[in-house]
This record gives sequence, C-alpha cells and structure tokens, in this order.
Amino acid sequence: MSTLRAALVIFEKELRLELRTRELLNATIIFVLLVLVLFSFSFDPTVEESRRIGPGLLWMAFLFAASLMLHPSFAREQANDTLAALRLAPVEPFAILFGKILANFAFLLATELVMVPVFAVLYNVAILPALGRLLAVMLLGTFGVSVAGTAFSAISAQARLRELLLPLLLLPLLAPVLIASVECTAGLLAAPPELPGEWLKFLIGFDVVFFAASYLLCEYLLEE
Amino acid sequence: MSARRGTSVVFTGLVGLLVAVAGYAAFFVAPEERTMGAIQRIFYFHVSCAWTAMAAFFLVFLSNIAYLSTRREKWDWLGVSAAEVGLAFCTVNLTTGPIWAKPVWGIWWTWDARLTSTFVMWLLYVGYLLLRDLLPDAERRARICAVFGIFAFLDVPLVYFSIRLWRTQHPQPVIGGGAGTGLDPAMRAVLYFCWLAMLVLMTLLLRQRYQLEAMRHEVAELAAQKSAE
Repeated sequence: MSTLRAALVIFEKELRLELRTRELLNATIIFVLLVLVLFSFSFDPTVEESRRIGPGLLWMAFLFAASLMLHPSFAREQANDTLAALRLAPVEPFAILFGKILANFAFLLATELVMVPVFAVLYNVAILPALGRLLAVMLLGTFGVSVAGTAFSAISAQARLRELLLPLLLLPLLAPVLIASVECTAGLLAAPPELPGEWLKFLIGFDVVFFAASYLLCEYLLEE
Repeated sequence: MSARRGTSVVFTGLVGLLVAVAGYAAFFVAPEERTMGAIQRIFYFHVSCAWTAMAAFFLVFLSNIAYLSTRREKWDWLGVSAAEVGLAFCTVNLTTGPIWAKPVWGIWWTWDARLTSTFVMWLLYVGYLLLRDLLPDAERRARICAVFGIFAFLDVPLVYFSIRLWRTQHPQPVIGGGAGTGLDPAMRAVLYFCWLAMLVLMTLLLRQRYQLEAMRHEVAELAAQKSAE
C-alpha cells in the first residue's frame, strides 16, 4: 500500500472515530466561543479596536484551542496500546503521522469555519470582501499548526503531565505561524483588504520546513 | 581519578583567570563609548554571552542528530549538558539586556526582533529541559528529546525572521553590518577576547555537567543492579 493511501485510511479512521461522538469538535468550538466572549472584556470592542485587535484575538483562540484539541490525537491510542498495533501494519511510519495530521487539519479547519463567521458578527468585522483570500490564509496557517501540533502530540503523549506539557512545548514553537497568520488576517480585514504577500510566503515556508522535519523524524517519534 | 581532578583544577583556574582578564579588559582597556558612556561596557559580556548561548544550542542540535543516528547515550548527555549551559548564558544575555536598555532606551524591555526571538528561544529550551524531567524511561527520554531539540532548533531562525519582518528596534549589527557601521578596533579586540573567555567557560561548565550526567547514569545502573539481586 502506498504511503498516501495508508495515510488516507488512518485519516478515515480518525474521522469515523470523531464523528461517532463529535465530542472533540463540540468541545473545541465551545472553547473558541468562550475565548471570543472573554476577550471582549479585555478591550473596548468598537469597530476600529476590533479591526486592530481582532486578528490576534482570533488566532490566539485558534492556537489555544489547537493546543488542547491535539492532545488526544496520540494520547487516546495509549489506552489500549493501539499505536503499537498501528505500527505493526506494513506501511511507512509516516503514513500514521500524516493520516493524523490530515485529520487534525480537518478538525481545526471545521472549527475555524464555524467560528470565523461568529467572530465577524460578534466583533463587527467585515470578512466577505476578502473571503477567498482569508480562506487561503486559514488553510496555510492551520496546516502549519496541524503539522507541528500532531508531531508534538506524539511527543507529549509519551510524557507525564502531558495535557499541560503540550501547550508549553507547542505554543512557543508556533510563534512564527501566529505572527504571519495575524499579519495576513489584519491585512485582509483592513479597508480596502490587502494580502501581504511576503507573510503568505512565510507561512508556506513554515509549512514546508515542519512538514519535511516531521517526515524525516517520524520514524524516531513513533518508535515503540 | 585524581589525575583527572588535577587537570580539572588547573583548567578551572585558567578559566577563572581568563574571565577575570576579560572583565578587566571590558572595564579598563576598551575605550569609553561617546554617547552611552560607561553603561556601554556591559555590551562585551551581553554580546559574548548571546554568541556563546547560540553556540551551545547549536551543539544541542548536533548532539540530537548524533544521538538519533548512533543511539549512543553519550550524545544524549552532551545534549542535555549543552542545553542547560546554553540556557544559563541565554539568561545572562536576557538580564544584561534590560540593565543596558533602561538608561539608553529609557525602557527595560521592548518587543523587538532580537529580544523577542531570544526570549522565545529561551522558552523553547526551557521546554526541552522540562520535557526531559517528564519522561521517565532513559531510552525514550533521549530519543524524544532529540526529536524535540531538532524541531526547536529549526524554529529559531523562523522565529527570528518572522519577528524581524514584523518590528525591530535593537541596534543594527555593528559587526558585518555594511558600510558606515563597525566597532573601534580596541572595542572589537575586547569583544572577541570576552567571547573567547565565555566559550572557554562554557567548555568548563559543559564538561562538569557532562560528568555529572555520566555519574547519574552510573548510579541509576548500580541501583538497578542492586534491586535485581
């Protein structure tokens, strides 16, 4: 079986598992909503202020949500030692990681697609004029978060205090994604919307670097 | 053992002497900077500690790669030693910075490219040490930390570049910074001498820390043997 096909099988398995209960997605969406509401107390949410602070707020909410949501990705394989079973399959170890990256990417993206309109309504921000480009930024930023986050989920799952450890390790690493995504989003929410090209390229660069690193290091990460 | 201790005492003495001479040079040999005055002298240790920290973190990265390709525990010991020592130099760099910034910029801290990226780098390596403490099994600890260390090191230039693109206030590089920049030759000589002193100090600390790690490993093995009996 090719690596890509094996990854898609894992992806399907993760998706089926999640759609049976939808507990991870529901909890994450509510968490992002909670952050959006709580942030409104920390500044005066007028139209200008929202445009200034909104992009940072939105991406912070997504990053915090990701650092919580990514944790079960590998941790839940441990209850019945199912990761060892997966490793016995005659496929490249990267297929397992890649399948999980795709699944986490899908979950995070679904959360964002639900929450961005809510954010636009709550904070009076116009997202329609640049919707296509905003989607491109979300795709690239979320992919970077998913790649690094899934690899780090495999790291923290093997340690003690893992729920606490994942955000501690992941959030500093994601600082460049946060900056680039916030800059892109801020450009797109301005009037007239404008996409800063260099930041978009930077996001692509981050995604490529960490995807390649995950590919190269995956073998060591998933060793049993 | 005693011969080893003998060289260690001599080496420590030499390092102490070198650091003392570096301190003397920074305060008395280097010329006074025209606008900043005496406070500028902190620069010799501030910059040399930053360079030394970078060298140590690079060593962590190399040991991580070496561990994953050879699986020899020694590389793991070197990795953790370099991370701890690098973190110490990085902390000195992050503390001397504000001491200089307050009189010169009028503020202790600013979220500029170099300050922020150094801070994020510091957090990443604190994470590395934290992760080590939370992984009980020695083989797994070495392997997982090596993977994390490589990720962290790859992130450092990305952090720096992103924040540089974003905002910067730190003085532009005075060494290799292009036309119109540059250090007075005496200042440059003192800076390089301080860097040398810090690198030698790093080597000493690294060696001690590595020996400590090796001894810890020996104790753990002896304890395992004892309990197996």
